[in-house]
Amino acid sequence: MPKVTLRRAGFDTVLDAAEGTSVMQVATANGVHEILAVCGGEMACATCHVYVEDGPLDALPPIGDEEEDMLGFVAAPRESNSRLSCQLLMTSATDGLVVRVAPRQE
Amino acid sequence: MTDVVIVGGGQAGCQVAASLREEGFAGNIVMIGAEEHLPYQRPPLSKAHLAGSVTRERLFLRAQSWFAEAGVELHRGRSVESIDRAARKIRLSDGEVMGYDVLVLATGGRHREIVLPGRDLAGVLSLRTLAEAEAMRERLEAAGHVVVVGGGFIGLEVAATAAAMGRTTTVLELAPRLMGRVLSAATAEFLLQSHRTRGVRVELSASVTELLGTGGQVTAVATTSGEQLPADLVVLGVGALAEDALAGAAGLATDNGILVDEFLRTSDAAVYAVGDCARAPSRWAGGSAVRLESVQNAVEQARCAARDIVGRSEPYCAVPWFWSDQGDVKLQIAGLTQGHDTTVTVGAVDQGAFSVWCFAGGRLVGVESVNQVKEHLTARKILAAGVAVGPETVGEAGFSAKSLLVF
Repeated sequence: MPKVTLRRAGFDTVLDAAEGTSVMQVATANGVHEILAVCGGEMACATCHVYVEDGPLDALPPIGDEEEDMLGFVAAPRESNSRLSCQLLMTSATDGLVVRVAPRQE
Repeated sequence: MTDVVIVGGGQAGCQVAASLREEGFAGNIVMIGAEEHLPYQRPPLSKAHLAGSVTRERLFLRAQSWFAEAGVELHRGRSVESIDRAARKIRLSDGEVMGYDVLVLATGGRHREIVLPGRDLAGVLSLRTLAEAEAMRERLEAAGHVVVVGGGFIGLEVAATAAAMGRTTTVLELAPRLMGRVLSAATAEFLLQSHRTRGVRVELSASVTELLGTGGQVTAVATTSGEQLPADLVVLGVGALAEDALAGAAGLATDNGILVDEFLRTSDAAVYAVGDCARAPSRWAGGSAVRLESVQNAVEQARCAARDIVGRSEPYCAVPWFWSDQGDVKLQIAGLTQGHDTTVTVGAVDQGAFSVWCFAGGRLVGVESVNQVKEHLTARKILAAGVAVGPETVGEAGFSAKSLLVF
């Protein structure tokens, strides 16, 4: 099962992700509550902001138009490595991805 | 040690438990859900899950292991029969009695019932729960003709899903327009046209007289116009009511929902109500009490109640927002647009990308956006900041919503 690391202030959490689940789903299901994900991944809220930091970054899908629009409204600073974690699907190709959870989501 | 008992295993109930732990609450948390499933998201039930593109596991809000790790005692498939507020005890339908220090009612909603001959035929379904969604999906897979009774959010989302799956789909709406009075006329008209363009037959001012069947299975829907529409799946989508009977029987104040204050406290300080079942005063409705059926409201009321329980009280005043995906239409609403008297439409209706700004007495009350994510999120910020903007400003050529946020 692919693994994803969620980096928060001072500690990392490594989680197993079922093939095809999003980083957002894996995080919320396991109680990483800093990822609010109010809309549950339906691209309606911009509250699952992460910074992709390490791992197979080239395997990630490019930022879509809607995601781009919504990244303009994230609460924490938007950086070049900002993504909405609901758009990052975990597969064997993204095994080992490391993301830092944005410090504020709203 | 404080014991918090949460009645309801939906999004609001689950969020209360999660938020209590986030806030450092160290007491016992018991959660009682009537459904057999882990707490799950409802929005996909009428869309991706109904179409079969999302598995059940993807809907769960928390993994089963989370409940044990967070120390949340989850009871599934059990319902609460009564509340004894004097003794601070609840009685479950199987006779078990549990004590509480704080009780949170997150009982959600129930279907508004519709009295019709043939209502009990197989293939006549409603949609609220995962079990209902899965029964509907099974039926939909084999269905040729789908008739949706009621042109509200759920009905239209299901109709869009069914049409996208190639089913012959008809929506029958009693009122002369879709969406009752929930949406502006402009947005309702756009939705009507977009559904028709996608091949959905929409009949307005249409009333059902009877559901017809053979061998216990539904086969057709008879309308007052004398038509008989073939149907092997009939979806009843005529709205929801608050599940407030338990609260009412316990002597708590109810009126189209459990009445709460701005901290989500009921008429009994030891009892809270959150989510679809609660009716709370809203600054977005001029201070009057409103009951909202939305994910945002469920989540944020739950967080607010949890903070109040741990003594970090903040009144509930989040900007209401809502979304509904219908085919290729992404409708998003910021604020509460009911009761508006003036609208200004900005954008290109003919290209399916526009926003309808709604005003009451010259004051902005909400914005409905169609396929305009940026405008929606901007509108939410404008409302939250209390920016004073009137219809004249929004109606000016070259109006930019974003410019209102430059302070």
